[in-house]
Amino acid sequence: MTAAISQRAANVQQHATTVIPRRSSAASVAPPRRAIGGTSRQDAMALAGAAVSSLCTTMLLFGRLTPLSGRLGFVIVWFLIFLGIYAALLSLTEDRPAVVDRVMAALLTSASVLAGGALASVIIFVLWRGRTALVHSNFFTQDLSVTGPSEPLNVGGITHAIAGTLIMTAISLVLTVPLGVACAVYLNETSSRATGLVRTVVTAMTALPSILAGLFIFATWVLILGFPRSGLAASIAMSIMMLPIIIRSADVVLRLVPGNLREASAALGAPQWRTVWQIVLPTARSGLTTAVILGVARGVGETAPVLLTAGFTNTMNMNPTTSPMVSLPLTAFKLVSAAEPNLIARGFATAAVLMLLVLILFTAARVLGGRPVGRLTKRQARAATAQSARDRLRIDAMSSSANRVPQEMS
Amino acid sequence: MDVMTSIPGVAAANAPAPQPRELHAHPGRGDRYFNRGASLSGLTVLSVMAAVGIFLGIQAWQALKATGFSFLTTAEWQPDTNKFGIAEVMLGTVLIALVAGIVAFPIAMSAALFITEVAPKWLRSSLVALVDLMAAVPSVVYGLWGLFLLQGQVVGVSRWINTWFGWIPFFAVDGADPNNPLAAATVYTASTLVAGIVVAMMVMPIQCVVMREVFSQVPIGEREGAFALGSTRWGMIRVVSIPFGRGGIIGGTMLGLGRALGETIAVLLIISPVFQINFHVLQQGSNSVSSLIALRYSESSDFSLSALMAAGLVLFGATLVVNFTASWFVARSRSGASSEA
Repeated sequence: MTAAISQRAANVQQHATTVIPRRSSAASVAPPRRAIGGTSRQDAMALAGAAVSSLCTTMLLFGRLTPLSGRLGFVIVWFLIFLGIYAALLSLTEDRPAVVDRVMAALLTSASVLAGGALASVIIFVLWRGRTALVHSNFFTQDLSVTGPSEPLNVGGITHAIAGTLIMTAISLVLTVPLGVACAVYLNETSSRATGLVRTVVTAMTALPSILAGLFIFATWVLILGFPRSGLAASIAMSIMMLPIIIRSADVVLRLVPGNLREASAALGAPQWRTVWQIVLPTARSGLTTAVILGVARGVGETAPVLLTAGFTNTMNMNPTTSPMVSLPLTAFKLVSAAEPNLIARGFATAAVLMLLVLILFTAARVLGGRPVGRLTKRQARAATAQSARDRLRIDAMSSSANRVPQEMS
Repeated sequence: MDVMTSIPGVAAANAPAPQPRELHAHPGRGDRYFNRGASLSGLTVLSVMAAVGIFLGIQAWQALKATGFSFLTTAEWQPDTNKFGIAEVMLGTVLIALVAGIVAFPIAMSAALFITEVAPKWLRSSLVALVDLMAAVPSVVYGLWGLFLLQGQVVGVSRWINTWFGWIPFFAVDGADPNNPLAAATVYTASTLVAGIVVAMMVMPIQCVVMREVFSQVPIGEREGAFALGSTRWGMIRVVSIPFGRGGIIGGTMLGLGRALGETIAVLLIISPVFQINFHVLQQGSNSVSSLIALRYSESSDFSLSALMAAGLVLFGATLVVNFTASWFVARSRSGASSEA
């Protein structure tokens, strides 16, 4: 554009008397676009320089100049010195607001890295300490009934805890899923006046400390009603923890179902229960699944309620109603509370198995819940199309029979 | 108006204005059952939840009646000799929660701001998933990590803080000798600080989720306005994001504290329980209501169980107050109208 203008100016100059000063060729080139994002080379250099020089200073402080020691202390001192040097380097070229901006960005970033690093260190540490027990296949095929505390790791395993966790989770699911989803439907689909109260109480119950759920079941189910401490009692305690979580997540999901779907269903003459059963719940299916999985992920990891209600055993027990039954977190807790190194290694391995289980559940919840409410997968879309085609045939058949007796239509 | 053509509605213009048609819904049998069933499930949930609170109250009554007001001021826990109270355990619980809050708050806030403002777009959803994952890791796993890895690292920092800031009463440690570099580190282990840091790992994601939710709702116009006036990114965060999200920041922090008050297993693994008032956060020995219950629940006598119930009731009350205050803060903030929690 600028080049064309200067060309025209040159043409004009030949005929007119006014003299336009010839532009230098440099000025006619469009100025380079100003970078508005990203990091410049100078920034990167300042960052790297500050990191290196602060590392050197800290090593000097810890190794030569002062009697400081400790890994955690080293990192803290390094970070503080880094911030100071980084700010000083930036202030050579930038004004104060820019320096503050960069330093704060560095702070926010490093706090996030700290959080992520802590999570990574938790996962890696537990896997690392559990590795000696995890590599033996008998860890997944035997229980601890005949294994003494100091026996080597190629004897004994945690099948009893895995089975216990699965049984307790299954019972809790049977108890919580119908009740939780029905309660969420009650909160969203009925016009009862008590919904506000129920919602408040459910919100309050998400705050219930898990140990109190265990204490409640211990005092009622075990002491007053006289049932033994068992997998069933632990499942009920777990259910009390899971129920509010499931209800609240399901409540949020049902609220996201578009109201015009309900209205369309009602306008077509469907009674309310059919609207809920065939429109609202299927629309929210993936979100409801996520709600349930999140509840399970929370329930599986609960130790305190199980500690009070399940009793403790080292043998395989498939019967949840009579004798003690353990879960993965409880086993991990009990094993590391012992002082035997082999038992501690088993405890870490149990915790690692538990962590992987939660990780799998969590990934499943993300995959299923990544889909917005009402958006169908390809398979669901094909099924829905086929169903509409069948409906079309049915309606066609009905209307062709109705055409023969048109009086009935009016 | 001279109307030639007769319009059906106008003819009745002189008649009184038509009343709105009354709408009657006659629910069929299916809908009546549906409504009854739904209400029944709501009532069931309500009664289960209420039963927990009411039952705790009834069971605790026996112990509370026996001690009266001194239940709140006694530090010992000997229900058999009728000398028990929650002064110490409640203090320990609150101190652990406070340490957790002080450690977790800056990290949660920074992580929330990092996710919404600083991180590149492609990274955001994975960071959000990472924070959610942190909240899902079972507390026994954090407890193991704290006991076997973190404690050894924190001891050095504890010693340093005690050496230089030991004159502040909170950081004093009985039996520690800063002039003796070879002194055993055991006085610094199993302390409130270590337990608090571990609980902070569990509290941080809860706080971060609420704060991120709030920061992501900052009106785009106000953000762009700040940039248009020449603000840097931090300037925009300071004058737009943080004031906008103040309710969420306070509410999220308190929600995390509510969780910290009730944490059991991680605390139980790390602390070594004591029954004397201990303000010193760096010193070995602490206690909390939930770990007290976990340690003593199997005591056979009815009365000591009632005493534990009373302690649990106080803990429950405290978490309820903290959580409802948090919800109130979130709901009345500018951004709270549509956010959860």
